Amino acid sequence: MEKYYDLLMQDIRFEEGLNACMNCGVCTAICPAAEFYNYDPRQIVDTVQSGDNDEIEKLLKSDTIWYCGECMSCKTRCPRGNAPGLVIMALRALSQELGFFVESEKGRQQLAVKRTVGQWILDHGYCLYLEGVGTDLHPEQGPVWDWIQDNYKEIFHRLGANYQGEGPGILRKIPEEAMEEIRKIFEVTGGNRRYEKIEFYSKKKAEELNLELDGSNDNEYFRYIYKTNNGTHTK
Amino acid sequence: MKLEGKKAIWSDYQKEIADDRYFYVRSCVRQNFFPGSETAFLKIMREELKRDVYEHPCHTTCTGIGYHGDIVPVETAMTVVARQFSLMTEAGYENLLPSCITSFGLYTEILDTWHHFPEVEEKIKKQLKKATGREFSKPKNLAHASDVIYKFRKEIAAKAKYKLINKNTGEPLKVVDHIGCHYAKMFPSKGIGGAEYPYVLAGMVEEWGGRVVDYPERRHCCGFGFRQYLVQANRGFSIACSKEKFESMKPFKPDMIITNCPGCPMFLDRWQYVINEMEGKRYGQNGEGVPVFTYEEVAGLVLGYDPWDLGLQMHQTDCEPVLDKIGIDYDPDEKYNTSIPDEKTRIPGLVNV
Repeated sequence: MEKYYDLLMQDIRFEEGLNACMNCGVCTAICPAAEFYNYDPRQIVDTVQSGDNDEIEKLLKSDTIWYCGECMSCKTRCPRGNAPGLVIMALRALSQELGFFVESEKGRQQLAVKRTVGQWILDHGYCLYLEGVGTDLHPEQGPVWDWIQDNYKEIFHRLGANYQGEGPGILRKIPEEAMEEIRKIFEVTGGNRRYEKIEFYSKKKAEELNLELDGSNDNEYFRYIYKTNNGTHTK
Repeated sequence: MKLEGKKAIWSDYQKEIADDRYFYVRSCVRQNFFPGSETAFLKIMREELKRDVYEHPCHTTCTGIGYHGDIVPVETAMTVVARQFSLMTEAGYENLLPSCITSFGLYTEILDTWHHFPEVEEKIKKQLKKATGREFSKPKNLAHASDVIYKFRKEIAAKAKYKLINKNTGEPLKVVDHIGCHYAKMFPSKGIGGAEYPYVLAGMVEEWGGRVVDYPERRHCCGFGFRQYLVQANRGFSIACSKEKFESMKPFKPDMIITNCPGCPMFLDRWQYVINEMEGKRYGQNGEGVPVFTYEEVAGLVLGYDPWDLGLQMHQTDCEPVLDKIGIDYDPDEKYNTSIPDEKTRIPGLVNV
């Protein structure tokens, strides 16, 4: 059986984020996620620090590691210079590497993040794509956002943008040679591999749950992971 | 404590900010939600302050939202950032100027990691070379765009047409400052005032005539939380964080909110709309919302720029209460004018927060 602690140690953020935790709980006191979710970063760091393989595996398959918002308030406060937020990032990376993320409701959502933000990075060179954020998936954007999307060419022109244009400027079209470099970086550094793993394990889980999953963002599995909240996550 | 002692302590909370020749990298969120802010920033830097700010058309996202959404591996993020450094080196610049706080935090984190683990920097150099043939030098100075506006706040005040003062009462406007978490919570020494006494926005507010409101949840996250907002099922967390801030600031009767992160103003703006829709609750005075601004918008307003050229019509929570208090001259009929001749102006459905 693999020693998860050893695998975590290969992540530079784990090495940076965990020195010796004395379990004071200051991280939990300051943590916004601990305020609303059933979440306690002190306990997570304690479990990881113990090196108990079974307990770490439970964490990797749990909702727990997906509650953190990565605001990094914990890093400011830790008297030992630890960063539970960085430990969480290492746990999440390993959970995806091993395919454990699909075992929890919150972990399964990684496919939605990959197919929105992840795809926009590779397709457009931006983390956010104006035409991809509609009030169908983002009703909180409100009527003003519908107006902006209906009139984006005129509005963005007035505000000095260069929407989809050549040369520099706001929301310019990133030149193809630059996009090629980004895609090559993803290939060489493991970005593509991460994306492929998220797709692979999600497909397996969709089959197991007997939910339809195609390449689009409009299918049973995507809607299920994007909208499902079983109501047991908060206090 | 003697004044000299106070000054000595405060010197620990300062940071070096380059004076000129900046390499500007844009923000994914700011470009989409607050394009007028980046336009205003460049206008202020180039036309008002006569600074050299260069933008390379081939720069891309730093991948920050993907990185903190945990879909982009750390080495991929580092190599994309190394490529941005390469573009800067190629253009002959050394002072990196990100528009985004997530980017600023990511650049800071990566430079810190490379400082402590030089072997990681070497590995990334090889990976960038292999992927793109590129080489790079690290920036000599890294300052967020709000750091630079802070640096030139007195020059902006000297050119100001308006002050953050209520024209009817003569009182300073009460301003809530909201600092993006990744500005100084990860690396306090890299932010003006550190994580405990962040002064980057407060310095602007005070210089431009306003008064900063201190309130219990002043340092609380807006609630973006990356995946906590990106996925619909998690957005309860996001709105709960913002609501906690609004409840906490309400007794202090703030006139406006100023922010330096691109995401925070969008969330603080939109969640006010949602809370009003859900609960009929508003946090401003006279049954209004609390207008939320980027620091570029506030700088533009005090300099006398047209509110609709700054993009205030893209806010869901109306900004007019603040414009009226200051006495800013604006044309209400121009707000939703999309400037297409011979076409009827289209107005959004319900904008009444």
